[in-house]
Amino acid sequence: MSTTEWGAVLTMPVADDRDHVQGPAEAAVTLVEYGDYECPYCGAAYPIIKEVQARMGERLRFVFRNFPISTSHPHAEQAAEAAEAAAIRGSFWQMHDLLYENQRRLRDQDLRGYAEQLGLDVEPFGKELDEHVHAARVHEDFMSGVRSGVNGTPTFYINGARHDDSYDIETLLAALERAAASS
Amino acid sequence: MNVRLPGRVVARDWAPVDGSQYSAHATSGERRPDLQQLESKLAAPKEVDFEMTNTTVDHRPAPLPPGTSAPEFGLQSTPDQTVSLAEFRGQPVILAFYPEDWSPVCSDQLALYQEVLPEFQKFNAELLAISVDGVWSHLAFAKDRNLHFPLLADFEPKGEVARAYQVYRATEGTSERALYVIDANGIVRWSYVSPVGVNPGAEGILRALESLGEEGGS
Repeated sequence: MSTTEWGAVLTMPVADDRDHVQGPAEAAVTLVEYGDYECPYCGAAYPIIKEVQARMGERLRFVFRNFPISTSHPHAEQAAEAAEAAAIRGSFWQMHDLLYENQRRLRDQDLRGYAEQLGLDVEPFGKELDEHVHAARVHEDFMSGVRSGVNGTPTFYINGARHDDSYDIETLLAALERAAASS
Repeated sequence: MNVRLPGRVVARDWAPVDGSQYSAHATSGERRPDLQQLESKLAAPKEVDFEMTNTTVDHRPAPLPPGTSAPEFGLQSTPDQTVSLAEFRGQPVILAFYPEDWSPVCSDQLALYQEVLPEFQKFNAELLAISVDGVWSHLAFAKDRNLHFPLLADFEPKGEVARAYQVYRATEGTSERALYVIDANGIVRWSYVSPVGVNPGAEGILRALESLGEEGGS
C-alpha cells in the first residue's frame, strides 16, 4: 500500500467472528462496504453488490459494516441497530436485505415489522432497539470506518485498500477481478 | 507535473463520494473529451496510487505550514454573533474551510464532522467551519443539514480569512477545501488542502489531534 496522508486502507481487519460475512474465508477477494441503510447511494449500490456476488460466486467474500450518518439520515442509526439485533439471532443478511429493499420505511414500527416478517421474537427485539443495546457495536463499526478514511457512504475496500473509483457494476467488477488476479 | 484542471474537474485521486458524479469515468456513455485528454497526459492512470494526491497532479496551494502562528480572525456565525479564534486559546481548534454551502461534497463532509464531533470533543477541540457564504445562507444550511457547530461567514471583505490562511481560490471566489488543526497556543500543527471535490474525511484531523496529545499540546 502506498503512503498517503491518512490511511486509505482498512484499519480494522475483517474477522469472521465479529463481522457480517458472505462468501468463503479463502475467497480471492474481500470486498468491505461501509454503508448507511437510509443513504440512497447505498440503496443504489445494493443491487450492484448482489450482481457482483452472483457473477463472482465463491471467489468473493463480502463484508458489511455500519456507517450511519444520522445527521443526514434520522433513521439510519436505528436501522443499523436493528440489523445488529437481527444478527445476534442469526438473521443479519435477511434484515440487511429487507432494510435496503425498504429504505423509505425505516421507522421503529417498520423495523419491528421486519423482525416479525423474519420470524424473530418481536418483543425482546424491540426492547433492544429501545434500549440501544447494539449502539456500541454500530459505533465501533462507524469509528473503524472513520479511521480507515471513510468519507461518505458507501465506501468500499477491496482487499483492504479503499476503492476510489466509481462503483458501477463494470468498474467495480473490473477492480475486483484485478485484485483477484494479483492475490 | 503540474496540471491545472478546468472548473471542478478531477484529478485521478478523486474519491467518488457520490458514486459517479465527479468520477473521471462516467458510469455509462461517452467520456468527457477534456478528461480523456487529461488522462492521456497522465502516465498509466489506472495504476495511479494515492501518492498522486500529493505529487503528480497536485495543483493545490500550500497551506500555512505547521509551526506558523495561526492568523487571528473574527467572523460572524449568526447575524448578531461574532466568533474569534482568540476565544479558543487554551484548547485545540479545527478549522474546516469549505467552498460553498449546499454543494454536495460540502454537505457530506460537514455531516460527517457533525457525526464525529463527539470524537473531536474528546480532545476538547472546537470545530469551526468557514466559507465565503453569508450568515443567512449559513443559518439555513445548518438548519437544513442539522449541523450544530459554528459556520463562519468569511463574507466581507470576501475571503479575507481564507486568504490569510492561503486557501482562497481567486478564480472561483471561494476557498479551497482545507483543514487546519491549531493547538492550544494558537500555533498551526497540521494543515491540509484536499482536492476541492474530495471529501477529506475526518481521519487526518483525528491523527493531528492525537499527535497534539502526544506532544503535550504545546
